[in-house]
Amino acid sequence: MKQYLLSVHFVEGAPTPTDEEMQTMFRETDRINDELQAAGAWVFAGGLVSPDSATVVRIENGTTTMSDGPFAETKEHIAGFWIIKCADLDQALAWAEKCAAACGPVEVRPFDDLSQA
Amino acid sequence: MDLASIYRAEYGRCVATLARLLGDIHLAEEAVQDAFTTALQKWQTPPPNPGAWIVTTARNRAVDRLRRESTREARHAQALLLLHQQDDPQEVGPVKDDQLRLIFTCCHPALAPDARTALTLRLLGGLEVPEIARAYLIQEATVAQRIVRAKKKIRDAGIPYRVPAEHELPDRLPPVLTVLYLMFNEGYTSTAGPLIDADLCSEAIRLARELAALMPDEPEVLGLLALLLLTEARRPARLDRSGELVLLADQDRSLWNRTLIAEGHDLVRRCLRRNRPGPYQIQAAISAVHTDGAATDWPQVLALYDQLLALAPTPVIALNRAVAVAEVHGPAVALAALEAVELPGYHRLPATRAELLARLGRDAEARTAYDQAMALATNETERAFLQTRRTELTRTRRSS
Repeated sequence: MKQYLLSVHFVEGAPTPTDEEMQTMFRETDRINDELQAAGAWVFAGGLVSPDSATVVRIENGTTTMSDGPFAETKEHIAGFWIIKCADLDQALAWAEKCAAACGPVEVRPFDDLSQA
Repeated sequence: MDLASIYRAEYGRCVATLARLLGDIHLAEEAVQDAFTTALQKWQTPPPNPGAWIVTTARNRAVDRLRRESTREARHAQALLLLHQQDDPQEVGPVKDDQLRLIFTCCHPALAPDARTALTLRLLGGLEVPEIARAYLIQEATVAQRIVRAKKKIRDAGIPYRVPAEHELPDRLPPVLTVLYLMFNEGYTSTAGPLIDADLCSEAIRLARELAALMPDEPEVLGLLALLLLTEARRPARLDRSGELVLLADQDRSLWNRTLIAEGHDLVRRCLRRNRPGPYQIQAAISAVHTDGAATDWPQVLALYDQLLALAPTPVIALNRAVAVAEVHGPAVALAALEAVELPGYHRLPATRAELLARLGRDAEARTAYDQAMALATNETERAFLQTRRTELTRTRRSS
């Protein structure tokens, strides 16, 4: 079994979904989560608070500094993710298709061999 | 048979089989290359079944290597797995199915389209990186990098090494067909260098045959094979003795390969019986009309182009359709049909316009269009052909 990160993204400046759209998204996501658990593919999943709430911790020359805001200087930030386990990329892509239907574009990224021993 | 031609014929099959055994394309390639190096040293004359010899040798080399490198547990397990396959009867000779699996792996939609072609040509066609670079007019380093990246993604992302299930085929088959089609086209009209690369054409046909043998119920697979065979059949008449391009209408039909034409026609008839038309089948049907009888039945060709354009409304198809329009309704109507077609950078659009303008006696405009076409053509043979047409234009007008 391999583990995959399925991430959904939030794009700064993109129109915010209406409450109704959000509710549908949450409902669909719950349904997918149930399905993942029933199939034994579920590892973990979660949604994230907006990137403004992020803090970056760095150690430079032995001194720890903290800075407000996300690490990447980009307009696209991870908004939530699933970690799933399945036999191969095709299975991961099939799950990603369901997730994308519920939450918009989904990036599928495999974990490396060492972290899934 | 010399080692070079054995390499060309067996490389793809051996890599495909080793990739199944090892579950790793990179290792498979290394093992097969090692085995060919051993063959070079050991063979006085090639064994009766060189492919089987290569597969067995490659497998043994891979086991040795995995044992040596079995510091990581996964490698050790892999070596054990291979040892336990010792009596696997499938290893005796390369199995066709392995190649099909490898084609689908190389053409997986998660890989970039240009990487799919490069990888298929390398792993299944046995083409070297410089050959692929030459065929596609790109830097060798770019090709090498694409191939390395694609192989790495197959391994790291866990792209499975298998033929997709029935319900996945509608999504998974088209890139495979596209790759084989592009491969053949590049061989038939090379971007640069000599006009025709016959090896590339026959390799594309060989792979299309394998695909058709394994998927005889997929009409588009049969359509593609028929299209390639019927196009290949006309190849002997495509250049004259001095190496100049000959238009379809002027070709010596007695030079066409009757065996390939018969096979192609038979496949087109099988497709018609299925009645599930697709773009490759219709293009094959058009080729079948061209190769049927002493002259082309243009109204039938045009009807097929109309059907094709409705199914796949691409500018290239619109351009090809205009050629049929000219034959049926005259050059003026064809020229009007071309007005809406946009194909920036493609020399065949101004070349076709030039021909139509010439037929209408609009010489000055025809000359301008020939100049545009020549500026865009990348192949020397094609450019020479356009130059001849342009010169002929001036000469006929002067003498009349």
